[in-house]
Amino acid sequence: MASWIWLVPVLPLAGVLVNGLLGRRLGKRAVSLIGPGVVGAAFAAALVIFLALLGRPADDRTLSQTLYTWLSAGDFSATVGFLVDPLSATLMLVVTGVGFLIHVYSAGYMHAEDDAGFARYFAYLNLFTFAMLLLVMADNFLLLFVGWEGVGLCSYLLIGFWFKERENAEAGKKAFIVNRIGDFGFLLGIFLIFGTFGSVAFADVLPEAADTLAPGGDLAYWICLLLFVGAVGKSAQIPLYVWLPDAMAGPTPVSALIHAATMVTAGVYMIARAHALYLMAPAILAVVAGIGALTALYAATIGLAQTDIKKVLAYSTISQLGYMFLGVGVGAFTAGIFHLVTHSFFKALLFLGAGSVIHALHGEQDMRRMGGLKADLPVTYWTILLATLAIAGIPPLAGFFSKDEILWRVWEAGHPALWVIGFATAGLTALYMFRLFFLTFHGGFRGPTEARAHVHESPPSMAIPLVVLGALSVFGGWIGLPHALGGPLGGIPNAFEEWLAPVFHAAAEIHGAAPGGGGTAADGAAHGAPAIEYALMAASVAVALLGILLAWSLYVRNPALPAVLSARSRGLHRLVRDKYYVDEIYAALVVRPFDALSRFAWRAVDDGLIDGLGVRGTGWLVGLGSRVASRWQSGYVQGYVVVFFGGVVAILAYYLFGG
Amino acid sequence: MANFYLTAILFLPILGMALVAGIPGARRTAIRQATLAVTTLHFLIALPLWWLYDPAGEPYQFVERVPWIEPFGIEYHLGVDGVSILLALLTILLMPLSVLGSWRYIDRHVKEFHLLLLLLTTAMLGVFFALDLFVFYVFWELMLVPMAFVIGIWGGEERVYAAVKFFLYTFVGGLVMLLGIVVLYFHYQQMTGGYSTALPDLVALEIAGGMQLALFLAFAFAFAIKVPMFPFHTWLPDAHVQAPAAGSVILAAVLLKMGTYGFYRFAMPLFPDAARVLLPWIAGLAVVGVIYGAMVALVQPNMKKLVAYSSVSHLGFVMLGLFALNAIGVQGAVIQMINHGLSTGALFFLCGMLYERRHTYRIDELGGLSASMPLFAAIFMIVTLSSIGLPGLNGFVGEFLILVGIFQSHPYLTAAATVGVILAAYYMLRMYGRVMFGPAGREANRDVPDLGARELWILVPIVLLIVWIGVYPRPFLDRTAPSVDRFVEIVTREAPSGAGLAGASQVPASR
Repeated sequence: MASWIWLVPVLPLAGVLVNGLLGRRLGKRAVSLIGPGVVGAAFAAALVIFLALLGRPADDRTLSQTLYTWLSAGDFSATVGFLVDPLSATLMLVVTGVGFLIHVYSAGYMHAEDDAGFARYFAYLNLFTFAMLLLVMADNFLLLFVGWEGVGLCSYLLIGFWFKERENAEAGKKAFIVNRIGDFGFLLGIFLIFGTFGSVAFADVLPEAADTLAPGGDLAYWICLLLFVGAVGKSAQIPLYVWLPDAMAGPTPVSALIHAATMVTAGVYMIARAHALYLMAPAILAVVAGIGALTALYAATIGLAQTDIKKVLAYSTISQLGYMFLGVGVGAFTAGIFHLVTHSFFKALLFLGAGSVIHALHGEQDMRRMGGLKADLPVTYWTILLATLAIAGIPPLAGFFSKDEILWRVWEAGHPALWVIGFATAGLTALYMFRLFFLTFHGGFRGPTEARAHVHESPPSMAIPLVVLGALSVFGGWIGLPHALGGPLGGIPNAFEEWLAPVFHAAAEIHGAAPGGGGTAADGAAHGAPAIEYALMAASVAVALLGILLAWSLYVRNPALPAVLSARSRGLHRLVRDKYYVDEIYAALVVRPFDALSRFAWRAVDDGLIDGLGVRGTGWLVGLGSRVASRWQSGYVQGYVVVFFGGVVAILAYYLFGG
Repeated sequence: MANFYLTAILFLPILGMALVAGIPGARRTAIRQATLAVTTLHFLIALPLWWLYDPAGEPYQFVERVPWIEPFGIEYHLGVDGVSILLALLTILLMPLSVLGSWRYIDRHVKEFHLLLLLLTTAMLGVFFALDLFVFYVFWELMLVPMAFVIGIWGGEERVYAAVKFFLYTFVGGLVMLLGIVVLYFHYQQMTGGYSTALPDLVALEIAGGMQLALFLAFAFAFAIKVPMFPFHTWLPDAHVQAPAAGSVILAAVLLKMGTYGFYRFAMPLFPDAARVLLPWIAGLAVVGVIYGAMVALVQPNMKKLVAYSSVSHLGFVMLGLFALNAIGVQGAVIQMINHGLSTGALFFLCGMLYERRHTYRIDELGGLSASMPLFAAIFMIVTLSSIGLPGLNGFVGEFLILVGIFQSHPYLTAAATVGVILAAYYMLRMYGRVMFGPAGREANRDVPDLGARELWILVPIVLLIVWIGVYPRPFLDRTAPSVDRFVEIVTREAPSGAGLAGASQVPASR
């Protein structure tokens, strides 16, 4: 078993080579088989591994394989090696499973590209899958970082896929550079981990964390903070989220795969993976939870006022990622990963559905020119409805269980203020998502009439992934039924929690009675369900329904009202619509001053100070130069080689023998 | 054969010069073909060094040592360790590529150009092979001459200014070093009663603190100019911008390495106490170079100048790694020397190819080239990513090891240097985006011909090496590890008598 887990990442890599080197000549048909095919095969392999793990006893669900020693110098050494445990197996299934659906969808969505563009697209998408698998399967921090930067590269390449538009290329570059700022922290974190533990392998670092690091000590504090800086960049949290909305310049399936379902969740995965370190730094966990909650609320408010359908989804993703960080920040690692999984279903679906709408409207992304598409796009309509209900947190859809799990853990960990933020965000989520839904599908069509005539439902290659993801958005949450509900329903266990329990058992031990953080379903059920858990559950459903109702009354019943409201509070509306001017603030405070400083360094220091300080020397130099030049131009080069060389030898001899 | 293998490699280009000199100047293609044949053959002859060198064996291998100027104790003394092998092979590999890269670029004085290239090859190899300070110095200065001519004759509009600036800068540095060599020479005589310029003899010599400091500074001055370290770098942008493509490639890939190699081979092992005392200053200047070079690169309107300043930044990393004084950092520095040679060499080749098509290096006159040059775009992208240290490609291996190495002793300097990693992405991707992406803008940027076969022969080997070192650097690291360990041992060895820099008294030599 362990001997072929390398196959999972290598299959997409083979796709990269074939599509990248030969794809142009193979033609679109072959590429559209190979591109999704290799990812489907990787999914099958991941599934086999998953089932094999499932067949083992809970404490023996770890596979590892070391391919070779990659870097070794002095006492530093890092391998290319894989670790498959329940956590990475979960992510492998998400990456290859959702990834496969999006690859299939892409074959339809990108059909207008020429052969070269089509092959390039699938080469990039396969490369992304490879890098993402490297990220989740790595058995050490350095290889994780390789995958981490690799997915960043693919993100850069795919955001700027249509590079002839200046804005697309700019957006890709921005994503890469902002991520690099985060990676700066990640790298320093790795240095510090090596300095502390003498290794970067998970097997050497994580089990030793409790012994080596003092709880709440400086070392734990800095390691975790630095790693979190990386997570903030990659997972688009405050203050480094600014690249993600711009990343919507990429093709929509890319947004679904990279900027919703997989890559952006890497930060959550990394913290869950390194949870043994984070448990030694409670202060940083609090920072993680705080940043997560703040980002969740902040991004949701911006989502309320966007008119570009993809931008709404982008801010929604930022907000949902905030939820995940809120979860892991209060030590509920299972809940954070659970939301990561369900979110990958419904958010991928939302993006693909939006892509289907955009496709039908020939590139239109502005919701102000949509409306009434319900009848024309039935598959898209119904699947998006399911995903919207799921993200809004309506039971029994996927989002309800995972979001509620996080909110409950937050409350239970004793953070009522964070719970209130999460609760309020739940209401806003329902509001902005149903705003999107109603503006797109209900009411009358607001675009140009000729556009309306061409509206058509997407081909099967695009529709089938929507349906599959729709089913997952409905049923996907049932793998993680909370004990409060599963218990009364005849003792249905929280399967997801049990599955991940061996990974997070350290967390459970340290958090003591954190219910269900580990142990068996029986333990959890015995723990009982306090009335307050039901009350909070009811509250979050109620606030979601309130949000939906509000959206309905604003965008279906009184469609004129939003304009009136926003006119009445024009300043506030503009502030939110223009995203609190954060991009402008960064440009004014960071980017432009830095460019100016660089220019100063060039003109004043290089040209002025260094070259200018020796002004006389330089003048003399130029004088000599022109004399030499006038002779060189006479053309007898060989002669001057001899003269020059002779001069050098003469000077040399003089110094040597004279000295 | 092993007895004069290095000599054979060293002087084969001179033989080649005789061959090329025999071809009439008007037969340009024949000259190019002959030089290509010579340099390719040279590479094939030198390549077995890769296997014949035994990392576990003697510190210096293929040693040749015969008396030369006997009364002065000067010997013709060559030998290589793992580091010089790699640098020499890089040099020899780049020569046929440079000939190919000049095929169309150089169209005047074709014969002279190729003769100088061959002369330059011998000079550069001599620097890497020399184990005698006098031999080293001869080759060090010899290398200067052909390079200055290459810039001054085949360069751009301000070529003469650039060539003279290059020549004087490095020549002044060389003279200061020569002074140091002479002082060291007489110091050796005083201590031992004999004369020697052999590196092993001089490394074993004990030198009092004050003198060590002065001598180190004399050597370091020459090397720092060559690296170039901030603030001795201003010759570099001019030289690069004016030099023809092949000149820039050799300048960046090999000549800059002479500076860091000089620190590795001579300045630091000869004067270890001084190196340790000055470490904070040099490491500090290296970090300034990393950040400063990146900042100035950012605002360059000229592609070639941007790449030139990026070298200042990259070589700052190398210096930082050398002064980490542990095996991790020094290994990183060594592999980064190779990496910089490959990626910056490739960048200058690419600049040259672009120039042949568009006759400009100005970033604002270019744009949207990806549309008509997909192959060029792909290779340019890989090289760019290598230059900004993307994991999986070679640049990351070096930068990472350097930073891990220096982090152990200087975490704050490391943090500052790591900012350079962000900035590298900023200036390189900004330049790439402006040149390759977006609308074509000018008519001249449309339908630009893509790479041809000759150009692929130049670039593909480099790209393969970039990927190889990135994915599986072991063969490179393993070859240099014992040499690096020895270097670290020598440089970190405390003066046995406690007569470090504190005790300035004369200490008897111990041999």
